[in-house]
Amino acid sequence: MSWITGVGLTPFGRLEGRSTLDLMSEAATEALASAGLERRAIDGVICGYSTTLPHLMLSTVFCEHFGLAPAYAHAVQLGGATGFAMVMLAHLLVGAGAAERILVVAGENRLTGQSRDSAVQTLAQVGHPVYEVPLGPTIPAYYGLVASRYVHEHGAPPEDLAELAVLMRANAARHPGAHLREPVTAAEVLASKPIATPLRLLDCCPVSDGGAAVVVARDPGRGGVRITGAAQAHTHQHVSAAPSLTRFGAGDSSARALAQAGRTLGEIGYAGIYDSFTITLAILLEEIGLAPRGGAGRLAREGHFAPGGPMPLNTHGGLLSYGHCGVGGAMAHLAEAWRQMRGEAGDRQGRVPAVALLHGDGGVLSSHVSLVLEQAA
Amino acid sequence: MSHAAADWTRGEPGLAYQECRACGQRWTFARRFCPACGATEVETRAASGRGTVHALTTVARAPSAALRPHAPYTILLVDAAEGYRLMAHGEGDLAIGDPVTAHFAPFGEGLIPVFRKDVP
Repeated sequence: MSWITGVGLTPFGRLEGRSTLDLMSEAATEALASAGLERRAIDGVICGYSTTLPHLMLSTVFCEHFGLAPAYAHAVQLGGATGFAMVMLAHLLVGAGAAERILVVAGENRLTGQSRDSAVQTLAQVGHPVYEVPLGPTIPAYYGLVASRYVHEHGAPPEDLAELAVLMRANAARHPGAHLREPVTAAEVLASKPIATPLRLLDCCPVSDGGAAVVVARDPGRGGVRITGAAQAHTHQHVSAAPSLTRFGAGDSSARALAQAGRTLGEIGYAGIYDSFTITLAILLEEIGLAPRGGAGRLAREGHFAPGGPMPLNTHGGLLSYGHCGVGGAMAHLAEAWRQMRGEAGDRQGRVPAVALLHGDGGVLSSHVSLVLEQAA
Repeated sequence: MSHAAADWTRGEPGLAYQECRACGQRWTFARRFCPACGATEVETRAASGRGTVHALTTVARAPSAALRPHAPYTILLVDAAEGYRLMAHGEGDLAIGDPVTAHFAPFGEGLIPVFRKDVP
């Protein structure tokens, strides 16, 4: 058993002049304030990585900078799944008694800390260096391959996937910290410039600057949210080696997290699902069982995932519109779920959910982490 | 692990794959053991260059300035006739399920496999 007792989330977007350490520090400061903790109360630190601050020991670089001397610290690397993997690890560590209060922190000036070419190239290197990278793929290309197969097998029209981008943008319009807040229509998504077919610009998340942090503790503090289930699944790394392009590890991972929590999908009242691309969100929703195969976009159009609908989804705007700063990207999903569960989501607040499901993926739907969050009993 | 078969990843116009002598598993990324059973009796073989399009995407936005003049280009996942899957380029009007055959062309700093649709 562990509790998330505080969260910190910076605005995402173009934050000129802020470094990785600045963004990590801002998020950490807010998370500590939110939990009502002084620095000295933190005895564990888990951080992710930053492509603009590659370092062998980012956790202790951060601790030194921020003024922490924890009993436990290291970094975690699992691509887009890093944020939830860090939280899962913190959950296990406090459960095992290795620490009392762990600060999980991420931040990166991914947008302004490097050129766009540099960002695109760094990310494309997750491809196989010998068998894939020489062919000139990009991250959108890996997902474009997956999307082509999705369209082929499920016959979902491109207008349906576009609905997920429309929904994320509509949600982001209600969050002052979101990177992209201008509403878009499905027609605008379909008319945006092609990136890697069938994916267009508005099917892809932006590259952002930003930071996020949470405190995971053994005790509930002043009104924490419990983590009651956590599970992972890893089926491959490279898309060429994926056992399937239509079935990934998300169903397995989420089913085990739910079983651990003793919950069913029917009890979930809020979903925070990784959405690096519209196709990512569609596949994850469908594989987890929150939408029928090929039907995620249609459900979005019908209002099923709207803030006031049966299954509110990424009400902050997700990676697609709140933005994507790397490891902090998915942690924003967690920060928003936490706020929704505490009834603190302001204009975005839906019915306060008793149980929330979070799911992140890294690589090309390669690595999956699922978390179940619950209100205090 | 022998390198008897020509392979594009070494600048040669050919497609190599590996097969486990113990369990028969076939795969693309070269290594010294079978990823399915762990046996070290691994054979590197030359593929026919024939296959079927499993997935495809046309890249409009290349990852580097060096590759930008090549864009747009099409990247495929091909199910090779020998029963393994590889990433390659595609040429011409292609769709999932199309039967294709490889040739080799310069791209970036090396030689890459490019698949064209078979003429019936």
